[in-house]
Amino acid sequence: MHSSSLDLYRAGASFWHRLDARVKLIITLAYVLTVSLMPVGAWPAYVLLFAFVLSLVVASELGVWVVLRRTLLALPFVLAALPLLVTTPGRVILSFSVGRWSLPFTSAGLERFLSIACKSWLSMQMAVLLTATTPLPDLWIALRALHFPGLLVATVGLMWRYLFVLADEAMRMLRAREARSAGGEGRNGGSVMWRARVTGSMAGSMFLRGYERSERIYNAMLARGYDGTVRSLPVKPVSATQRWVAALATGVLLVLLWLGQWMR
Amino acid sequence: MSQWSSPLYQGYIRPARAVGIPGHSVASGPSPMHIPDGFLSTPVALLMWVVAIVAVAYALRRVSRDLDERKVPLFGVLAAAIFAGQMLNFSVTGGTSGHLLGAAIACILVGPWAAVLALACVVGTQALLFQDGGLLALGANIVNMAVIGVSVAYAVHGAVRRLAGDQRWSTVVAGFAAGWTSIVVAALACALELAVSGTSPANVAVPAMGGIHMLIGIGEGLITVGAVALLYAARPDLLGARKGEAAGNRGILVGGLVLAIVLAVLSPLASSHPDGLEWVAEQRGFLDFARGSPYRLIPDYVFPGISNEAIATIVAGIVGLLIVFGIAMAVAASRRRRGSAQNP
Repeated sequence: MHSSSLDLYRAGASFWHRLDARVKLIITLAYVLTVSLMPVGAWPAYVLLFAFVLSLVVASELGVWVVLRRTLLALPFVLAALPLLVTTPGRVILSFSVGRWSLPFTSAGLERFLSIACKSWLSMQMAVLLTATTPLPDLWIALRALHFPGLLVATVGLMWRYLFVLADEAMRMLRAREARSAGGEGRNGGSVMWRARVTGSMAGSMFLRGYERSERIYNAMLARGYDGTVRSLPVKPVSATQRWVAALATGVLLVLLWLGQWMR
Repeated sequence: MSQWSSPLYQGYIRPARAVGIPGHSVASGPSPMHIPDGFLSTPVALLMWVVAIVAVAYALRRVSRDLDERKVPLFGVLAAAIFAGQMLNFSVTGGTSGHLLGAAIACILVGPWAAVLALACVVGTQALLFQDGGLLALGANIVNMAVIGVSVAYAVHGAVRRLAGDQRWSTVVAGFAAGWTSIVVAALACALELAVSGTSPANVAVPAMGGIHMLIGIGEGLITVGAVALLYAARPDLLGARKGEAAGNRGILVGGLVLAIVLAVLSPLASSHPDGLEWVAEQRGFLDFARGSPYRLIPDYVFPGISNEAIATIVAGIVGLLIVFGIAMAVAASRRRRGSAQNP
């Protein structure tokens, strides 16, 4: 299996695809911040925020299911908020007793738990939408235009460029290990210590190969006239229409934020 | 720029768990250390962003001063290696597997500042592209994994090497200790952030996160030892070259140790004293500020027409549905027009 056989960016020609990456980045960050500032249990505002992101998903012509499937990833983290169900003081709606312990489920706890889960899920959808509709080089250019430190952006860009090379290398190593240690289901060669040592050696040679590769890359870059600055084509200014889109979206989010505070 | 637009580089990879290497258990799931959005309260998330920005900016300055700033390829490829290295896993028992965060290895190989940068890039990319951790929570994730993870690993590694001298076994012990503590202390920091945010009570979050990561840390420690042993055998010059500049990094050595000790002492304290953190916060009047001011702009106000929240939700649902329906209709209409324009 080749690591690049799965695609993060989904090509398209929709209005949301054609929007400047800077505008999309700003709207995404504004949305995530709005969701985060929403008070617990402002359900009407959550519904409207969901409508906001769902509208964009529909407008991006990605397919609602594609986005939803990718958002299911953060689900396991909800476990961290589970204790809230029983530790938040409030009216007890349901009570279990396990041995000597009783677990009182409170309505306030349920509300907080559901709010956190909803907010996390809403933010996730927006982030998925951004990466599914923006080619990554555009995103790096947008980050640079928004005054992220150049060294960081260059590092991230190079990382993305070589990620697939190194990921393929990791896969080849894993395949070689499978082949040599007769790995079957739950039976991967020697003791745990031995397996850990083998994996450690793999990690070590991975870093070593990366290190040596970076030296070769640096020499190749020097040979082509690299002098410490990463150059790219001049960036087009954001058009007036797109500025209006950004302003409109931020305005809608502000109204939603205000509405959310109002509910409480 | 041309290679960027080729579909090969617009690919999609995830660490082992989603790529699903045949014959390997991928049951580990997303790392329990990447906090998604919604789990941190806004003040905590913003505070962590400030800390992250200060730390990364300082690391940037140190890197451009100490190392050659033009060595961008080293950082980039190192970050890619950390990312891809997280795919390497080994099965422990029934379904669980140990895999790598990489803070300790990176730190031992290229020093603390470059490691902070590389890990910040990895964590940032995981959040931005793979939704592994949230965008608003990214500051906290960078602080936990890149800043705390690396500085603690550096401090522990340096302290053990200093105590043990140049013995062969000290590389093993130092590597394991650096890997293990970097994971555990980062997890404790994560648990404390969740507790201060009011998402997970300290007396549950700290033992749970700490306990799980004390086990996960063993895997990290063992892999780190294996990797360092290989580097020692293959390129001792890389590890040796780092010895000279240790003097300039005494600050981070002391800082990392202090951080590790403070977190290790603070966390049990917070968990043994139920709501200990909230008590401290309340004493300082911090809690009222944290919970109250950003949220209650117009407190106790009831919308004149719709006083019932249930009705409000229903109205909001209907309005939202209409908006989405309208946009779906518009998209469908424009598609039909485009379609008919292409084949008249």
